[in-house]
Amino acid sequence: MKIAFTTKGTEWDSMMDPRFGRTEFFLIYDEENDELKPHDNRSSSNDAHGAGPKTAQVLFGLDPKVLITGNGPGGNAASVLKKARIDIYVGAGDMTVKEAWEAYKEGKLKKF
Amino acid sequence: MKEIVVISGKGGTGKTSITASFAFLGGADVIVADCDVDAADMHLLLQPDFARGEDFYSGELAKIHPDNCTQCGKCAEVCRFEAISVIDGMHTVDPLSCEGCGYCARICPTNAIENLSMNVGKWYISSIKTGSLMVHARLGIGADNSGKLVAKVKNEAKRLAEETNKDYIIVDGSPGIGCPVVSSLSGASFVVLVTEPSVSGLHDLKRVYELVKKFNLKAGCIINKSDINEKVTQEIEAFLREENILHIVNLPYDEQFTKAMTNGQTIIESDTNGLKQMIVDSWSKIKLTIN
Amino acid sequence: MKIAIASGKGGTGKTTLSVNLSAYLAEDEEIVLSDLDVEEPNSGLFINARMVHEEEKYKMVPEWKEDQCTLCGICQEVCNFHAVIQLGEMIMVFPELCHGCYACSELCPTDALPMIPKKMGMLKHLQNDKLSFIESRLDVGEEQAVPLIKQSQDYIDEHFTDDILRIYDSPPGTSCPVIEATKDADFVILVTEPTPFGLHDLKIAVETMKELKKPFGVVVNRHGIGNDGVLRYCEDKDIPVLAKIPNDRKIAELYSEGKLIYNEVPEVKQELDKIIAYLRTLKQGGVQ
Repeated sequence: MKIAFTTKGTEWDSMMDPRFGRTEFFLIYDEENDELKPHDNRSSSNDAHGAGPKTAQVLFGLDPKVLITGNGPGGNAASVLKKARIDIYVGAGDMTVKEAWEAYKEGKLKKF
Repeated sequence: MKEIVVISGKGGTGKTSITASFAFLGGADVIVADCDVDAADMHLLLQPDFARGEDFYSGELAKIHPDNCTQCGKCAEVCRFEAISVIDGMHTVDPLSCEGCGYCARICPTNAIENLSMNVGKWYISSIKTGSLMVHARLGIGADNSGKLVAKVKNEAKRLAEETNKDYIIVDGSPGIGCPVVSSLSGASFVVLVTEPSVSGLHDLKRVYELVKKFNLKAGCIINKSDINEKVTQEIEAFLREENILHIVNLPYDEQFTKAMTNGQTIIESDTNGLKQMIVDSWSKIKLTIN
Repeated sequence: MKIAIASGKGGTGKTTLSVNLSAYLAEDEEIVLSDLDVEEPNSGLFINARMVHEEEKYKMVPEWKEDQCTLCGICQEVCNFHAVIQLGEMIMVFPELCHGCYACSELCPTDALPMIPKKMGMLKHLQNDKLSFIESRLDVGEEQAVPLIKQSQDYIDEHFTDDILRIYDSPPGTSCPVIEATKDADFVILVTEPTPFGLHDLKIAVETMKELKKPFGVVVNRHGIGNDGVLRYCEDKDIPVLAKIPNDRKIAELYSEGKLIYNEVPEVKQELDKIIAYLRTLKQGGVQ
């Protein structure tokens, strides 16, 4: 299974980005082959409006089953993720990616 | 690093004066971000030096190049915003009406229309009198405050806070309930709601809190001018209990706020009565809650 | 004649002036008051009137017809607002983000995105004797205030004759909604406070009115607080100051209860008389 994180960097030790629509990066962790791949989302800062659904569309293309983030996406983005059948877990905004991953495994994050 | 966002829904509740007071109390530990770019007044209290400024571009605007234009009129036909008219025999775009949808440029048979990025204002990084830095912006006329500009101001503030190891960012949030305020709230550690006990104050508080709730954010509330209407103050207090919002403080109606502002000062620098202590206590309470 | 009441920042007393001026004028003549601050309409909290008419307001947005769609992707490519996106074999439309430019709909090669009406808010028409009150309220989540402001003005144009004085309570700020609310006005009243915040925001509002080439005057609210910066600025720039509403705790208290003030505080009535006298000279001077 692939798991996506909204992050400010590209390593396990990077900080999470609490935002969804304008997150700087996605990190995609593939559990099967233990691989961590970054996706640069910084171009979302060029969007005056509608950054949320656009970013959700990008995430759909990366094909994760689970998204781990901070505050949770806004309404429009949430409806895209729902259609894309991506489960969302929130409350990891202040953690590193590694801490967020552990919190998720231990069931400590809230489902959005 | 914690991000505290101050919002009010309605104008004139004292949001900016209170935000500037917190910034003053936090001193060198606090980076200030003014995201209330429609009425960016914080600079009047914190005296930034506008040291570094950069143009800000948002959205697009159609421009017709007369040399390539055959005056066929297809652009005016498809424009739903009545932004293209014929002036002196030339098809011309009215910048105040153009929405930047780009439809005209797409269908122009001679490619005579270009979409220009629109310069909508400027943003700045300034040194302020608290011994810290402030990120702020100034919008041009008819330009919309957008989520993009708010995100830009906040990102710069965050970058500065990280580089200089600051403990806090204080954000003077945008008004209303639209895209800018959503962008103001995004990434917040704590939200301070400033309200006043009037029928409109309560009405707008409830509307904007809906948004805060959507994002699962922790919030506290300051009721300013609480003695103007005891009854509505009680209604607000009941609302806070019901929604589990931290009741930070009730501030009395006090013209000291205006006097301080008139001198270009925060209430902390000028006050002689009890108001200063109440704000000092509020700031401690907020810090205690988020740490 | 159309009078727009505006201000650079919120909370300066726009709504207070709009409702009190309208109610006072309506003691003698027919008046239309319209709250064009469609994101946060508050005038209605001060007006007691009976409902005459209520209607839903619509904007045009695309609707996806799955069976006609070939998933070519042109629609999402032409939408500058990310209101149409393609998700695998699905097209999603976000009506709140849509500006209604029709590009996706008309450029779709298979007509799979016809434009349909979508509710964006409500318009209410209320009446109390000679005062007609029109309020439009944008649904929470909608981002486009301008189309609703335009439709509210169209409603007034259709239902009232030109000789009736119209007062528009405008949204705060200097962005598109304010321009839409003031661009048809014959005269704009800018409400401000005599403080540095008030002066700063007034200057921006004045620049906006100059850009729109609108005649305007200033009403100072909470006169007596702050300093004389606003009055000096107006004198320097030859901007008429129509009235100075005094700073009075009683006014703040009445406002907080949702009450009209002009009958309770005599000085307010005197100041409203000055505004009305000014508007009369404008009318005689040929502004229609």
